[in-house]
Amino acid sequence: MNTRTLPLFVTIGIFLAGCLICWVQFPNMASTRVLGNLLTDNAYLGIVAVGMTLVILSGGIDLSVGSVIAFSGVFIAVMLRDTGLHPLPVFALLLGLTTAYGACMGWLIDRLAMPAFIVTLAGMFLARGAAYLLSIDSVPIAHPFYQTLQNAYWLMPGKGRLTLIGVLMLLTFVLGMIVAHRTRFGTSVYALGGGEQTARLMGVRQGRTTVLVYAFSGLMAGLSGIVFSIYTGSGYSLATVGTELTAIAAVVIGGTLLSGGAGYVFGTLVGVLTMGLIQTYIVFDGTLSSWWTKIVIGLLLLVFILLQKGLLHLSETRLAARDA
Amino acid sequence: MTGTALKRIAPQLLALAALVGLVSLFYPGFLSVSVNDGRLVGPAIDVLKRSAPVAILAVGMTLVIATRGIDLSVGATMAICGAVAAYAVSAGTGLPVALALAIGAGLLAGLWNGVLVALVGVQPFVATLILMTAGRGIAQLITEGRILTFTDPAFAFVGSGTLWGLPFPAWLWLALAVLTALVMRRTALGMLVESIGINRRASALAGVNAVVLLIAVYMAMGFCAALAGLVVTADIRGADANNAGLWLELDAILAVVIGGNSLLGGRFSIAASVIGALIIQTITIGIRLAGFPSEYNLVIKAVLVVVILVLQSPRIAAEWRYWRDEARRKREAEGKGTP
Amino acid sequence: MVLSIRSLTKIFPGTRALDGVDFDLRAGEVHALLGENGAGKSTLIKCLTGAYQRSAGTVRLDGAEIAPTSTVEAQDLGIGTVYQEVNLLPNLTVAQNLMFGREPRRFGLIDHRSLRAEARRLLAEYGLDIDVDRDLGSYSVAVRQIVAIARAVALSGKVLILDEPTASLDAREVQMLFKVVRGLRDRGLGIIFVSHFLDQVFDLCDRVTVLRNGRHVVTTETDALDRMALIEHMLGRTLRDEVLHNPPPDRGPRPEMLRFTGIGRRGVVEPFDLTIGKGEVVGLAGLLGSGRTESAELLFGLRPAQTGEARDESGKLDLPGPRAAIGHGFGFAPEDRKTDGIVADLSLRENILLGLQARRGWMRPIPRAEQNRLADDYIRRLDIRTSGKEKPIGELSGGNQQKAVLARWLAMNPRFLILDEPTRGIDVGAHAEILHLIHDLVDQGLSILVISSELDELLAVSNRVIVLRDRRHVAELTGAAISGEGIMRAIAATEGAPA
Repeated sequence: MNTRTLPLFVTIGIFLAGCLICWVQFPNMASTRVLGNLLTDNAYLGIVAVGMTLVILSGGIDLSVGSVIAFSGVFIAVMLRDTGLHPLPVFALLLGLTTAYGACMGWLIDRLAMPAFIVTLAGMFLARGAAYLLSIDSVPIAHPFYQTLQNAYWLMPGKGRLTLIGVLMLLTFVLGMIVAHRTRFGTSVYALGGGEQTARLMGVRQGRTTVLVYAFSGLMAGLSGIVFSIYTGSGYSLATVGTELTAIAAVVIGGTLLSGGAGYVFGTLVGVLTMGLIQTYIVFDGTLSSWWTKIVIGLLLLVFILLQKGLLHLSETRLAARDA
Repeated sequence: MTGTALKRIAPQLLALAALVGLVSLFYPGFLSVSVNDGRLVGPAIDVLKRSAPVAILAVGMTLVIATRGIDLSVGATMAICGAVAAYAVSAGTGLPVALALAIGAGLLAGLWNGVLVALVGVQPFVATLILMTAGRGIAQLITEGRILTFTDPAFAFVGSGTLWGLPFPAWLWLALAVLTALVMRRTALGMLVESIGINRRASALAGVNAVVLLIAVYMAMGFCAALAGLVVTADIRGADANNAGLWLELDAILAVVIGGNSLLGGRFSIAASVIGALIIQTITIGIRLAGFPSEYNLVIKAVLVVVILVLQSPRIAAEWRYWRDEARRKREAEGKGTP
Repeated sequence: MVLSIRSLTKIFPGTRALDGVDFDLRAGEVHALLGENGAGKSTLIKCLTGAYQRSAGTVRLDGAEIAPTSTVEAQDLGIGTVYQEVNLLPNLTVAQNLMFGREPRRFGLIDHRSLRAEARRLLAEYGLDIDVDRDLGSYSVAVRQIVAIARAVALSGKVLILDEPTASLDAREVQMLFKVVRGLRDRGLGIIFVSHFLDQVFDLCDRVTVLRNGRHVVTTETDALDRMALIEHMLGRTLRDEVLHNPPPDRGPRPEMLRFTGIGRRGVVEPFDLTIGKGEVVGLAGLLGSGRTESAELLFGLRPAQTGEARDESGKLDLPGPRAAIGHGFGFAPEDRKTDGIVADLSLRENILLGLQARRGWMRPIPRAEQNRLADDYIRRLDIRTSGKEKPIGELSGGNQQKAVLARWLAMNPRFLILDEPTRGIDVGAHAEILHLIHDLVDQGLSILVISSELDELLAVSNRVIVLRDRRHVAELTGAAISGEGIMRAIAATEGAPA
């Protein structure tokens, strides 16, 4: 077995153990209703986490996504309110915009040779500021097409609702897996995260890959913004503050190495579901307070960071021992 | 020596002066100060007071960044310390004990981050992300999700009192900045911190105790976060675990960056960082006074960051040197061509 | 002649890394490229692989002049390179590494099945049957090297450059690798082999070229060369200063100050004994990779020793790390000044005072007047040329940086100083000055351990010379026995040497 896959199995193990604990304590939780809600409530987070996974795999970070989601919501709401456009062309326009926005940040990171952290921090300010400029107040979306989208679901056995946005999230994960594992671009992303210098020696076009990976993250943030606007039925510039950190946490809990180069898109899905599960558990319990979510997520982060540090140390000493 | 120090902070001072001039253009009364009830009042005084949390954080963040690190957890630490202080005061421990507990909590948070960074060897960004995520939960655990209000007037003084005409928070950040700068420059700490930020390997080989120094720097950051948390909590007479210090880590980092300190570690100037905090606050208040919607604030911050990044970029610097050398070579070649 | 290089010159600001080097590579030969650090081997290779652009000269591949600007371009032209470390990505699978950039695709997506099949087919040519779906990082260095060779050959196919490929392989793995290399030679590839293991060179290579200080020294058939001649070519006679050919003054037997017994670390240096007398210079001789630097690192605690102990007249000394060693009065001026020596953005003054200040602790800053006095004093005594003591040290020349690092240690008044290649990359004038300085310091009672690739340098300063070979201390020469020939003979001796 590859040591690289161990965190993924740990992730899956923790999720299954979590499911078991939930099921033992609250047998009611094992219903399609809970499952449907889990997918629907975390759809926007999951989608943006797919983009974040690729960025982190490449050795970068994207702090702008939370703001971009908020901007997307406001943009859609204002466009639908002030122009007579149908939502679909607005969606297309928005996705083009956020993709280009991500590409610009990637270009700056590559050109300026500055940490992604600070460049995307500027991107975070700018996107949030742009959202404010469009509207400070929450703008409701009343377009009939939105009602259609919101009411689109498939009734699972057991009365659980598999909503459109839940399905969209799952499809996004499939897309992310294909991009990461079945394209040359995906391999380049892993290569870059494994070591920039070596990647360049092997022929990775670093600039192009960096621009593309942030563009992909921008696209995912835009899509997530659409999903979030469907979920809430409005656009609000103060929404999804800090979502980038939740997404990063989901990626890390999903077993991806924060320094890049190792991890799986599927792990991120499990990470998102684990975080959703914690929240669901707390809701079911009723006596536990919401802040335990944050503390448990922080603990999980710690566990995974230490686990990966330990694995790194282990593989190094094992190789050293063999070379000796 | 004072000459070089002044030269170092000149760009920040000029930027601040230009900004004040610009704001005064839109709002002529910006610099006007009146005395009201023994207190100085005016927009500029307001800037001094409201800069306090970010300026205090910027002092610690300057040191952390000088070691080539970053601390994302300071906002959460502020919330924890505010909650601890408010809880203790409402429980009737008395102010000194409450303050000591809050500062102890800040130091503990710093110790935690420092150990992860210096001993376990986790990248600072990742290490401090843990406390950033969990910290707010811990703060809420203490306040039990409510805004913990208190009525202790002595504690409230920390956030909104007036001392010798100026708001107490203004004195606090001024004193902290001056003291820290003095400690850094009058002892050898400043140089040792810079040396581990520039080249940790070489410094360790020369006998610098990088591990202890790193932990100490993160603890100093925790101390600053505790002070900032106390100011914020005292100002609103309540500990708000959800919102106290929210996103202030980013403003603190921004202040340090505006202060011309490199994110890649090394030479630092606390004075420049504090002026950076003043610049941020002047923009915020200036935009409001000048009658623009405050929505511009974030856009301006973003533009600021990008401009500073371009100025700091190693690649741009290399290209600039290349063109300068080229130009010089060309000039010399021409000089030789026409004897 | 597959590759033909004429008058290749590469100039960096301040130094000529390559100076008019000629080099020919035939198809179907393994050609060793030898030389100590700084000889210009890696510069030559980087000029071939496109990492550097040459300043002058011509490079012809199959008769056509080439000037690659990137590794990828060199690869497309037919020049593939395998380095010691950074060849491939340990976090990708063997198959992904092998086929990177040429993955077989179906409907635009990577076809993992044919990717695996293709990778297996490629490796079969090299007699390697491994699970290509596992991460490359989980395999031994030898397997990784063969995978890297397979990739390089598949991509380029005319010239293969092997840059220290055997540095961390054991004897069996070396033979496994050599079998692969011989197979490629018989297929008609031109192979450049860089190594500091002379046995391997004699074992594998058809011809040898030696570089020294950026110049071509000799090219000859391996059979026509004996080890002594080869070592002499590599270590050479480089000092022009007549003064330095005088042996150091006979200081007579010195009272023992430090005694190290059985110091060693698995895979780094075999356990060795070493005594250091007061006011004595001990030289460490040996070729690159023989364990010279590693020995010094163990003595200084930079790498903790797994076995052995250190003692002085007062008893046992603990050496868990540099700070403890400094506490015992040790000093260590490392070979790589840039990464381990200087703190580039700090001023010359601060660099000189850094060690002293670290020992005093932050609470007791050295008063500014005292700092200035000390800095000025050392700048004058070591003749550090600078426009001022506040200049960032990164802006000084290599020789002056080295003197500043020395000054840092001298300011701490050590009793035992380790100098690893103290004159590396320094111009001739500064070179002589540093050797003079070593004499002066010893006369003042300091004990010094000098590591050097330059025989003359060792002869000029050492009262005693320890010779290392294959990570073992193999000989100790004293008094009249210290001679260039004696050292070379000890290095050349083959008995007991693995592979």
